[in-house]
Amino acid sequence: MVEAGRAPSRRIRVLVAKPGLNSHDRGAKVIARALRDAGMEVIYTGLRQTPEQIVETALQEDVDVIGLSILSGAHMTLVPRVLELLREKGMEDVLVLVGGIIPEEDARKLKEMGVAEVFEPGTPTDDVVKFIREHVRRG
Amino acid sequence: MSSLKDIQRIIEGVLRGERRSVARAISLIEDGLPEAEAILSAIEPHTGRAHVVGITGATGSGKSTLIHKLVMAYRRRGRKVGVVAIDPTSPFTGGAFLGDRVRMQDLTLDGGVFIRSMATRESLGGISDAAEGAVKVLDAAGFDVILVETVGAGQLDVGIASLVHTVLLVLAPGLGDEIQAIKAGIMEIADIFVVNKADLPNADQTVADLISVLKMEDYGQGGWRPPIVRTVALTGEGVDELIEQIERHRTYMQEEGLRFTEKKVKAMLVEALRRAVISDILPLITRSAKFEGAVRMIMSGRLTVGAGADLLLAPLKRMLRGWHEEA
Repeated sequence: MVEAGRAPSRRIRVLVAKPGLNSHDRGAKVIARALRDAGMEVIYTGLRQTPEQIVETALQEDVDVIGLSILSGAHMTLVPRVLELLREKGMEDVLVLVGGIIPEEDARKLKEMGVAEVFEPGTPTDDVVKFIREHVRRG
Repeated sequence: MSSLKDIQRIIEGVLRGERRSVARAISLIEDGLPEAEAILSAIEPHTGRAHVVGITGATGSGKSTLIHKLVMAYRRRGRKVGVVAIDPTSPFTGGAFLGDRVRMQDLTLDGGVFIRSMATRESLGGISDAAEGAVKVLDAAGFDVILVETVGAGQLDVGIASLVHTVLLVLAPGLGDEIQAIKAGIMEIADIFVVNKADLPNADQTVADLISVLKMEDYGQGGWRPPIVRTVALTGEGVDELIEQIERHRTYMQEEGLRFTEKKVKAMLVEALRRAVISDILPLITRSAKFEGAVRMIMSGRLTVGAGADLLLAPLKRMLRGWHEEA
């Protein structure tokens, strides 16, 4: 029998995804490990994810946060597409974070479009953890 | 917390196979929220159609790759497939790294496939409840086959065995822990043995080892004898035969009118007893005055640790012996 009355054990679930074609995921793995060590459940999907795959994975895994690691320079096409798909599926409550080398002007635009925060390479992982804890939209 | 209306919408969504609702329902159950009860009782009448297959094996045995190929083979047969991939929660941080999807990326956009990663969270016992809930949701949502992947850590797998119909134990040559898996008592819960990476030169040895161990087992007259299937998950070799064996096991169990084989029930019951003894009986002993007394005597060298344990267990043993003689 399923005991639905178990003590609640809510965890923040984060999808760490690596869209685009470059095949370097060290940064993504570092952040994935840091989030795990901060008590979060990290779903890691590997390299070369399309926006469609990322959003569908976020849906199936019912994550609170999507962290996009982008170094390819294609952020201005990939990120808006992810945001658009999230809106289409009614998943606006998912927090979207971007990590990578993003020019200031682009970072501002991305935040206007709905990205919660843009983290530069070298951001202390503690800052990312703190940001997620403070901004997760679901209780 | 969700409102009653939200819950009703999620239930209806699950029964229509709507993916967002399926995902939300699994989360509510996994989080142990009160809403879970309403969802589970509402979907219960719509469950029981799916064939649930447990897949366990050590890290490096190629489980995830094999599951990928199994899903593809089931899809070619027109079946809808749900996957529940369970990984351990770190006991120190409560977090988890769930990486099983890496090898299943190209299944993500197939509408006939739904993959969910789960962490064990607090307890190995607890995950069985959460995983059972996830399986029921996928079953009610119309998935024909549900694959439940576990890490091959012994206890967890025995816990999962009670909620699946067919258990596959995946071994691979050269890992050095094939025999270890057998020792851990997982062997008894396996309905089918899979020797993956069968193209490796020492695969024959793994199969031979397995045959010699299985020879010593007693499966009874007409009992299910677990077959050994060789696969090469990377190429998909042997996957069709594996599906045939899974079907054969399902048919056998249906014809015999059995939910579990005797061997599996014994293994599950022993594991459940072991857990209950540790969580319920052990504290009764360690919190007693007699326990403190034994500690003092051992400290001063008047009693050995072994004799102390015997002494503390004596009343329990006497009582159990009495019971079993009566019965």
